[in-house]
Amino acid sequence: MIRIHCPFCGPRDHSEFSYGGDGSITYPALDAPMEDWHDAVFLRENICGVQTETWQHTQGCRMWLSIDRDTMTHEIHKVRPCHPGVKTLLRTEQ
Amino acid sequence: MTRFSAWNVFWNGMTGQKGWDRQWRDATPKAHYDVVVIGGGLHGLATAYYLAKNHGIHNVAVLEKGWIGGGNAGRNTTIVRSNYAQPGNREFYEHSLKLWENLSHELNYNVMFSQRSHIALLHSPGAVDGAARNYNTMRRTGAPDAEIWGLPQLKATVPHLNYSADARFPIMGAAVQKRAGTARHDAVVWGYARAADQRGVDVIQNCEVTGITREAGRITTIQTSRGPIMAGKVALSVAGNTSRLWGMAGLGRLPIESHKLQAFVSEPLKPLLDQVVVFGMGGAHFYISQSDKGGMVFGGDLDWYKSYAQRGNLPIVQDVAEAAMSVLPCLGRVKLLRHWAGVVDMSMDGSHFLCKTPLDNLYLNAGWNYGGFKASPAAGWYLADLVANDRPDEKIRNFDLKRFERGLQIDERGAGPDPKLHG
Ligand SMILES: Cc1cc2nc3c(=O)[nH]c(=O)nc-3n(C[C@H](O)[C@H](O)[C@H](O)COP(=O)(O)OP(=O)(O)OC[C@H]3O[C@@H](n4cnc5c(N)ncnc54)[C@H](O)[C@@H]3O)c2cc1C
Ligand SMILES: [Zn+2]
Repeated sequence: MIRIHCPFCGPRDHSEFSYGGDGSITYPALDAPMEDWHDAVFLRENICGVQTETWQHTQGCRMWLSIDRDTMTHEIHKVRPCHPGVKTLLRTEQ
Repeated sequence: MTRFSAWNVFWNGMTGQKGWDRQWRDATPKAHYDVVVIGGGLHGLATAYYLAKNHGIHNVAVLEKGWIGGGNAGRNTTIVRSNYAQPGNREFYEHSLKLWENLSHELNYNVMFSQRSHIALLHSPGAVDGAARNYNTMRRTGAPDAEIWGLPQLKATVPHLNYSADARFPIMGAAVQKRAGTARHDAVVWGYARAADQRGVDVIQNCEVTGITREAGRITTIQTSRGPIMAGKVALSVAGNTSRLWGMAGLGRLPIESHKLQAFVSEPLKPLLDQVVVFGMGGAHFYISQSDKGGMVFGGDLDWYKSYAQRGNLPIVQDVAEAAMSVLPCLGRVKLLRHWAGVVDMSMDGSHFLCKTPLDNLYLNAGWNYGGFKASPAAGWYLADLVANDRPDEKIRNFDLKRFERGLQIDERGAGPDPKLHG
């Protein structure tokens, strides 16, 4: 079982999360050429090693997280909220 | 090499099994081959065999980093069927099934192909309608053994399923392909290796490809853990490792992700299930059959996240156990014997690639996920044809890397361009 340190809820089993996929993809502008859209939707680096990906803490805070994970060893190197403003926002509202 | 025959088996039985030869040579790599096939799985071995048999190309090497069949060829749940409805897939898998039907004979090796029926359970009126549509399409286009069964026929044939009214997933009927079944995966590997070797192919184990040398748009030399090998043409058949080899050839990104798929086998039981039974409903996915040794062989979904690790994890054990209990509650006290995983190429539409590549003499066989075992004979057949004749056969024309650019997805599941959703 992989353990993911959710920045909002603390360490949790990965079965509480949904895998979102390769987080390194940036989608082009809506009116970008077809080739750019093709590449973003269909082509993948498919790294064997550390890749950035998205996970959603579906059984917890429901936040989307950006995670650096080794696709061979499953070691998790870094976890951060996908929306950088969320943490600050939460802090100032408390 | 001895041909297997009833007389042979009898004679060796009487004389202490001392009269058997090696099944294939332990070949040492030569400096040059007309065709180098990378990957000693079933697809690679079948490709080499058909290159020699169908096209008379005998100066062929199959390079395998470990032992042949140690990858997905030896890790799958051995289901063979052709109940695909998408144009392209349909004709391709049906051709494969026809090859399976004669394979033991063709290879002079008992691959234990057992056409015991593939029974896909249906749990809603929508599922029945969907299956009827697909199976009618199959019947009209060359697979006459496709049937839709109601409950009485299903109950009479597979009595142990959970038919109770308060079942978590009440069963309404089943979609059945009668010529489908299972085969002994190791035997298929050994059969193809032996038959290819017999036609001059060098099957080279413990030979890892570590680099690919190019000159202009062509591959010239394959670097291996056993030295450099020059190649006229190169065929890539490395299942879950395609992106890594693609990178070695200096090529860019592919519409492929590596995901892992787990399988399970129980302690041996007396005969319990004489068919392949498949169950899929919402997030649950489960397939099971009983091996000839009595073990219940089963599996479920991939791990939902990308992985190159050839090992299992516990959430899937729980998923699969839950699915097993909802369909076959009689398995509740059966002990699990072993559990393992294989790394497969999940493509963006769940279908495979059998095509030419940006390099003149490199040919690609990749993108297989849940369905690559049944495809082995046809994958080898068509890849050999592509390598030998340098043009795709009509049947594989759409299995190219550019199909997404043309707006074509061969999407059996209707899951769209997300590898983790295909199955
Ligand atoms: C758990 C599981 C269950 C499955 N169930 C079914 C099923 O019921 N029915 C079905 O039809 N399909 C099934 N499949 C899919 C099927 O097994 C695969 O799609 C198919 O086996 C892939 O083709 P292959 O046999 O050639 O691959 P493999 O056997 O994986 O062959 C690829 C080979 O390439 C070698 N290789 C990799 N890199 C290198 C290198 N650098 N140098 C040299 N060699 C290299 C590997 O060692 C490996 O032996 C299942 C797969 C899994 C994992
Ligand atoms: Zn959380």
